[in-house]
Amino acid sequence: MSKFKKKQAKSKQGVPTSAMPDIVFMLLIFFMVTTVLREVELQVQIDYTSAENIEKIEQKRLVSYIYIGPERLGGGELGDTRVQIDDSLIDDIGSIRNIMYDKLMEEPRLIVSLRVDENSEFGMITDVQQELRHAGTLRINYSTLRDI
Amino acid sequence: MFNKEGKKEVPEIEGSSLADIAFLLLIFFLVVTTIDVDAGIGMVLPPIPDDVEPPPVRERNLMNILVNAQGMVLINEEPSAIPEVRQRVREFVDNNGVDPNLSESPEDAIVSIKTDRRTPYSVYIDMLDEVMGAYNELRDQASQDRFGVPYSALEDDSVEQDEIRDAYPKQISIAEPDEG
Repeated sequence: MSKFKKKQAKSKQGVPTSAMPDIVFMLLIFFMVTTVLREVELQVQIDYTSAENIEKIEQKRLVSYIYIGPERLGGGELGDTRVQIDDSLIDDIGSIRNIMYDKLMEEPRLIVSLRVDENSEFGMITDVQQELRHAGTLRINYSTLRDI
Repeated sequence: MFNKEGKKEVPEIEGSSLADIAFLLLIFFLVVTTIDVDAGIGMVLPPIPDDVEPPPVRERNLMNILVNAQGMVLINEEPSAIPEVRQRVREFVDNNGVDPNLSESPEDAIVSIKTDRRTPYSVYIDMLDEVMGAYNELRDQASQDRFGVPYSALEDDSVEQDEIRDAYPKQISIAEPDEG
């Protein structure tokens, strides 16, 4: 037994670690590039519905989101269905057209992603869609999860 | 002048902590990263109609899908179930003038969707999913027949993809909502 131990002790085994910072930096840069920091604080509760035949939106820069769902009140309670664009809840549905029109002027190829809670009623979405039509932002996308 | 004594010492920055710093940043970005792909059902809304009358559409080229508040589906005045929608749409679009009640050609076929204000959103999406599924199947089939590959394998914006897309355009119309 002792023979073996001596032999093992002599042989030096070490993984060269000098390349580690390079590898770490590579990973770091990858994650820095892919990271999209969450830019909005959601004030409505959204449980996505799922669908099979969905397409990905490749150009994220073109996307603007509209969130529709029950308002989050304090203590985990949910209120009425509200519409949120960017950081604020919309009180007057009629103001959506101006907001979206301004966005369309900034980005003519705008895609509006509708993130709607699955328990919402369609009437609210109809109203929002009518506003989008008035604004001229006709490309929309119903955000869903992939059905497995 | 004073430097003459002794050798000039080149100040060196300690490089061994570089890895630690990089790790720290890496872990930060790992934690905050949300690789959520934006996916969903793409649609193009109809523009607000001008005063110009829309071109007349022949009755046979129009498939009316009605979804009511209880989530029940009516296709061309007949009650139907959501899983049946896909088959019905396929038959309707790919009719090519065979059945006098169905569309004349895929290019002419229009699927019109109308919902009630109290229709649940999930039912609407399920139904839209079925319609999209029908079109995707038709496109896949056409692509297999013509080029031997599924539609998704065709290159984006290629001639082949355009050809299939023109042969089976997704003409889905959202009906004007009722007043009140």
